[in-house]
Parts: sequence; structure tokens; C-alpha cells
Amino acid sequence: MPAVQETVDRVRQIDVDQYKYGFVTDVESEKAPIGLSEDTVRYISAKKNEPAWMLEWRLEAFRRWLTMREPTWARVDYPKIDYQNAYYYSAPKKKPQLSSLDEVDPQILETYKKLGIPLREQEMLAGVVRKDADGNVLPERRVAVDAVFDSVSVATTFKEELKRAGVIFMPMSEAIQQHPELVRKYLGSVVPTTDNFFATLNSAVFSDGSFVYVPPGVRCPMELSTYFRINEANTGQFERTLIVADKGAYVSYLEGCTAPMRDENQLHAAVVELVTHDDAEIKYSTVQNWYPGDADGKGGIFNFVTKRGDCRGKNSKISWTQVETGSAITWKYPSCILRGDGSRGEFYSIAISNGRQQVDSGTKMIHLGKNTTSRIISKGISAGQSNNTYRGLVTAHRKATGARNFTNCDSLLIGDQCGAHTVPYIEAKNSSAVFEHEASTSKISEDMLFYCRSRGMSAEEATALVVNGFVKDVLQQLPMEFAVEAQKLISISLEGSVG
Amino acid sequence: MNAEVRAIKTPAEQALTSAYQDARAALPGKGNVAVLRDEAFNRFEATGLPHRRVEEWKYTDLRALMRDALPLAAPADAAAKVKAKDAGKVFASVDCRRLVFVDGGFMPELSDLSAEPGLTIGSMAAALGKGDPLVAAHVGKVFETDDAAVALNTALMGDGAVIHIAAGTVLARTIHLVFASGETPSSSFIRSLIVVEKGAQAVIAESHESNASQVNCALELVIGDGAQVDYFKATQTRGLHVASLLLTVGAKAAFNTFALSSDASLVRNQSFVRFAGEGSTGALRGVNLLRGKDHVDTTMLIEHAAGHCASREQFKSVLDDQGHNVFQGKIVVKPHAQKTDTKMMTRALLLSDEAEADNKPELEIFADDVVCGHGATAGALDPGLKFYLMSRGIDDKQAEALLIQAFIGETIEEVAHEGFRDALMTAALSWLESRA
Repeated sequence: MPAVQETVDRVRQIDVDQYKYGFVTDVESEKAPIGLSEDTVRYISAKKNEPAWMLEWRLEAFRRWLTMREPTWARVDYPKIDYQNAYYYSAPKKKPQLSSLDEVDPQILETYKKLGIPLREQEMLAGVVRKDADGNVLPERRVAVDAVFDSVSVATTFKEELKRAGVIFMPMSEAIQQHPELVRKYLGSVVPTTDNFFATLNSAVFSDGSFVYVPPGVRCPMELSTYFRINEANTGQFERTLIVADKGAYVSYLEGCTAPMRDENQLHAAVVELVTHDDAEIKYSTVQNWYPGDADGKGGIFNFVTKRGDCRGKNSKISWTQVETGSAITWKYPSCILRGDGSRGEFYSIAISNGRQQVDSGTKMIHLGKNTTSRIISKGISAGQSNNTYRGLVTAHRKATGARNFTNCDSLLIGDQCGAHTVPYIEAKNSSAVFEHEASTSKISEDMLFYCRSRGMSAEEATALVVNGFVKDVLQQLPMEFAVEAQKLISISLEGSVG
Repeated sequence: MNAEVRAIKTPAEQALTSAYQDARAALPGKGNVAVLRDEAFNRFEATGLPHRRVEEWKYTDLRALMRDALPLAAPADAAAKVKAKDAGKVFASVDCRRLVFVDGGFMPELSDLSAEPGLTIGSMAAALGKGDPLVAAHVGKVFETDDAAVALNTALMGDGAVIHIAAGTVLARTIHLVFASGETPSSSFIRSLIVVEKGAQAVIAESHESNASQVNCALELVIGDGAQVDYFKATQTRGLHVASLLLTVGAKAAFNTFALSSDASLVRNQSFVRFAGEGSTGALRGVNLLRGKDHVDTTMLIEHAAGHCASREQFKSVLDDQGHNVFQGKIVVKPHAQKTDTKMMTRALLLSDEAEADNKPELEIFADDVVCGHGATAGALDPGLKFYLMSRGIDDKQAEALLIQAFIGETIEEVAHEGFRDALMTAALSWLESRA
């Protein structure tokens, strides 16, 4: 069945020519010489005043990268990237020492204000009553923000309060200085420097990102968030995020990103590593809204991201939530390695492609431990002339007895110029693994649907309710503005969806 | 890991190259056929045997699995011909016109060539040799693909069946292509062509029984507008069996295929299906029964190039010991193939902790008004169901057998042809009974 009009209208609202964050901030910046060589790597390392082991780590990755080839298996088509014709480091020129937010360039503060990201703690505490679209009062919410502008982190809020709880939340560049033992222990332990072309490139030239360590038994008192902004032209952004939740710890982390509208393509190759120890939990949410290029496919961000979580401890949990609306090319597979017995991985994704966007995204659930469970819910909506692919792997190792997976991926096409594709890999290597993959919405749970319908709901309403109930608690972890937006997208009628 | 390694030729690849060079002059067909062979062989040479980095062969690494290529089969001897008389028992309960092949070579003396109006039967070797127009019009053109196994088959194709069913003909008897093998393990490249013209109806069966031989067979099947075809295939081999079904369906036609693989050491059944006309329906089904170190790969590419067609794919596998079942199903809905309705289901039942089931149901959709879905499951027998049966006094083994029978029965029951439904069920049950 074709998509209903309401859905068409909603998707239209986020079409490529409606991009709201395409402005450029005029700040003086300091850049590494154009191109990529060992000198670039040394330059970045020197800028960050890094210890020798870090430089060596980067150089090793760089040498490895030189021997690698760009992967071509994804269903994306883009002009060849000239790695020598881009800047790998760009930082706003700043005063020598920043002791408070007042010293941050007002232009940059203005930029974040325009993006709706408050960097001043007092603003966040001001107690302004916020209301959602229907006029309901929203609960007061506090989020610690790390703002990354091109290659550097310009501000991190609520540092003091987090410190009291024992939580370390700081830019990666500072963490390398202040907590080298933790960084050395965990950096590259989930995504090794040899992992893949883009991750290896990132290992060589990453400039900043966030580092989070939550000590044993601590429930992080507030949500942590990083807001990435590419501003400079012809610059790639390579950030590296590492989040470690020690035994019994909990943290919820949000990531947002935007970029100016430019005619050229810009590269964003990030690496995110998550580690959970026994009974720990990390919720990682992303709202990806990089500039998608114009209606003719000119410009836009190439988003090649490696995200992986390692459930190292028993009964640990990692949950990925992503709302993908931006980028010209998305190449992203947030994954979970379910190593600890009883660990749990979740992946909830909504990917919407418009214009000439190409999305190739999905997840990997690698079951290694006993009684591990995973759940994948993916919704792709393609419109315009875009292509939207779900690519996922679920595998159970011989020893992963009692592994369970449930996968549901639906896609919806709006118009006859776009494509929706599903490429799931399901590998069961022991008999007690139970894997279910389904693409038909009517199969979510016949019992639940029957119950709803017996109470007078239509099949469509019932399906929407079941899906919403399923995803809701994760969406609530998103900042409210995003949650409301995402909820709208999820409630998009399931009519006309295809596997 | 991204660096592409230029592999050196494996012994099997070297043997295939020299086999082609040696046999080239003697292979049937000159002129255009020879050109077709050369082109196909160059395609094969460029890629070599498919390996795990070739996405369509990800789980069946033929380069690693095929240690060596056996010499091409010699003409069948008397002993093999005697043995072939008993071949194809699996469909013996159905009254069929038997066409017998030994090591890929057609045996007219063992075949039933009695005349039937509208039906023409010939051998591929003869047709290639005399430049038969039907063969010239279709061979290598039914579904063009870059697949290396198909290319190798085209290069080395020896014999096979050429069957033409004239427009409007309703075949009275089922055609059964019986493929048997001789004592000496060898390799054979079988190519068949079946053209079912407009409005014709046919039931065609194919059975393969072989020892340690290496069989590469391809069947090009053309189903004309409004035609109806049922196609059944049963495979048993202790060697290697790579089969390609290349199928094009016209408008308002209907077809059903069913493939049963049991006691199959290494089988790859690949189907390439194109819905070229509007309003057709097609169903592909199959059951794979694996034990020991059996490896069975079912791969299909279903291309909906025209709108208003419906396809159903339903496959089940039962895996014991170290069995490895692979299912890869790709449904492509081309732009403007609106109102396409597809449903693909694959289910694996794992009886052992050493078995492996890999499923990859794929969708590639470029039209917005379609209903496409797929499902895949893998799991063990439900202990609750087994307990129930056992609480009713049925012993452990029997309870298990009953549940497995129910599992595969679901798919076999879908077969509309009563005779073949019973024959397939009997074959499946005898596999179950022979489970120790």
C-alpha cells in the first residue's frame, strides 16, 4: 500500500531543503596544513600536547591505514574522496587559558544558542517552564554538555557536580592528560586501530571527543551529552568517544550533530567505544542531523562512523537509539558484543532519507556469552530519490547457549524514485539459540494486537500502539525536543510498510 | 582486512583451466557456441572459483571446499547403464516419462521417447552440434548473470535435455529427468533448456543421485504467457552438486518449484528468477535435511521486473550433527513493478549444538506500492511440545521424529500435486527413520 498523506507531509517537513542549521559561524580558526601525512598526525598530537605513547599509537594506526582500501560493500555511491585535499584539524583561535565559559568566543556561544544547545549552567537551571507542542509542562531536565566545534571541545558543563559524584566527563584531549591510565586501558579495546578503513583513519587523526568514566555503583546524576558541530569549510571531523561504565554503574549519553550548508562534501569519520562491566548499563542516543546536501545531491556530509559497545561484564546492558535524518551518506552500524553471560544489547533506529541521501545503516549483535539477549527494531523511511538500507548481523557463537534475538525491520517508501533495502545476516551456531527475524508488521505480537483490537482499535492503531510502547522508554531518554520529534516519526502510520 | 589479495590459482582452478583447454575442440557446438564458451570461460578465469569474499557465496566458499577438479566424465559404460535403470526411485511412485542421463550424457536407449503431440525432446549435445535454432535463441540468454558457476557451466556444457512444449499443449505425462552417475567419480557439466510456450502446461521433475562426482548443472526454463509449470527436484550426492536454475516467466503465468536435498554432502541450489510479464504468480519451496557434515546452500535471486506479480518462497531445514545450512534469498522489486506481493520465509531447526544455520533474506525495493515481507527463524525443538508427546506415552525418538515431520510437513503439504507431495513426504520420512 502507498504511504498515507499524513506521513508524506511529516517527512516533507524534514526534507533536505528544510535544513535549519545550515548557517556558518564566522570565527578565526587555526588549521593544520592541508593534506594527510605523518606530519599531520604529529601536528595534531603536538597541538594536543600528547604523551609519546599516544603519538606512537596514532602513527601506528596511520601506517596501517596506508595499507588499507576503502570498503565498497555498502550500498552507497559517492565520488572518490580525496584524502589529501582536506584539513584534518581546525580549531577556533582562542585565548591561552580558558578558566570559565565567559572566555569562550561569544560567536561560538551564539552558535550553540542558535542550535538550541545551552552552554551556560545558569540558563539550564533558570527554571524556565518548558512546554511541548500540546502545551503540557515538561519536567525539568538537566543535561551536562560537551560542545565540540570542528576539531576541539570548546566547553563542558556541570564538570564540578559530576566530579562530586565521581563521574569523569571531559574532552578526550584532557582525559589523555589527566587520566592516561584509564584512556590507555580502554582506548582501542573495543574498536582496535586495525578495525576498518575509517576507524583506522580516525585512530590516526582524531582530534577530540568525549571521555566518560562512571565508577562502580554510581548512577550518573544527569544525562551527558555531546554536541558536534562542523563549521569550517573543507574540514573533516574525526571525533573519538569512549564511555566506560564500571560495575553496577549507569549512564545515559546523548549525541547531536549539525553542519553548515556547503556545496562540497565533508567527511565525518567518528569512532565511539562503549564498555560495560558487570551489571552496568549504557544508553547511547544519537540524533544525527548533519547537512544532507541540497535537493540535487550537491554537498552534504559523508558520515562514516564506527560505533561499538562491548558488554564485558555479566548482566550488563548496552542500548543504542538513533534517529538519522541527516548526512548525504550514512555508513553506520552501532554494534554490541555480548561477551558477559546474561548481557543484553538493544538497537532502536529510525532512519529517514530524503533528496538524494543514501543511508546504509544497521547493527551487529554478536552473542558470545551464555543467555545473552538482543533486540533490534529498525524503521527506515525513504522519500525523494534516496536509498535506505538496513544491514544487520545477528550471530551466536557455539558457546553462546540460550542466546535470543528478536529483529524487526520495516521500511516505508514515499514516491517511486527511492529505494528501500534490507540485508540481514542471521547466523546460528548452536541449537539453543533462538533467532527471530521478521519484517511483517502484523507479526509483532498477535496476542497484543488481538487484545487491542478486541478493545475496538483498528489494526493500524493497535500496531502503532504496540511499536510505540516498545520503543517509548528508550525514546524518553532523548532530550525532550528530540523525543517529541522522534515520537512523531515513530507514530507515523505503519500503513504501507514493507519488510 | 580490506586489502584485496590476488589469490593464486588453486589446484581446482588450474585443473578446470586445463580441462577447458583440452576439451575445447571436442565440446559440442561451433561458431557462436564456441564464442559463447570462450566468453564464459574468460569470465570465470577473471574471478576464479567463488569464495567467501564474493557476497553471493559468502557462506559456501567453493574455492576452499573444492580441493581439486575431477576429470571430465567419460562416456557411460555398460555397468553404469544397468545401474541407471534403478535411478530416480524417489519419484518412482509417480507415472513419469523417464529421460535418463549417466554422468551428464543422454541415454536414449534408457529413455522413454514415445511421441506426444506438442512435445519435442532432444539432447543438448546434439542440439549444440547441429546449431538448433531453439538452443541458439535461448541458451545463455534466459537470465544473464555474472555468477562464476553459471559461467563455468556455459564454458564446459556437455549434454542435457532440450525440451519444447508447444503453445496450448497440456502434457499428459510428467517428464522426469533422471541423472545418475557411474562408478568412477568424475566431473560433468550439464545444461538443459526447457521452453514452455504460451498457455502450455507441464509437470517436470529432476532427480540427481551421485557418488563422489562433481556435478555442475544448469537449467534454463522459459515459461511463456499464461503457461503453468510445476517443477520438482530431489538431490542426493556424496560429492559436489552445484545447480543453477535460470527462469523467466511471462505474463499471467504460474509456476511452482520444490527442491528436496537429503544426504547431500555439498549442494548449492541457486535460482535466478525473473518475472518479466504482469500478473504472474510463482512459488519456490524446499526442504533440506542435513546430517554428518552435509552442507546445503539455497540461494535465490527473485527479480520482479513487471508489476502485479506475486511470489512466495518457503524453505525449511533440519540440521543434525555438524550440518551447515545456508539460505540466501534476495527479492528485487524494480522501479514501476507496482503491486508486487512477495513473502519469503526461512526456518531452520537445529538438532545439534554443532550445526550451523545461516540465513540472509534480502529485500531490494524500488517501487512504493508493494507488499514485501520476509521472516527468518532459527532454533531448537520446543521442549514443551516434546514433553507433551512424551507424557502421552510416545518415546523420546518418536516424539522428536513427529515434531520434525510436522515442521517440514508444513512446507511439503503446500505442494498441490498429490503424487509428488506423497513422494516427497515419503523421502523425507525415510531420512527421518534412518536417523540413528
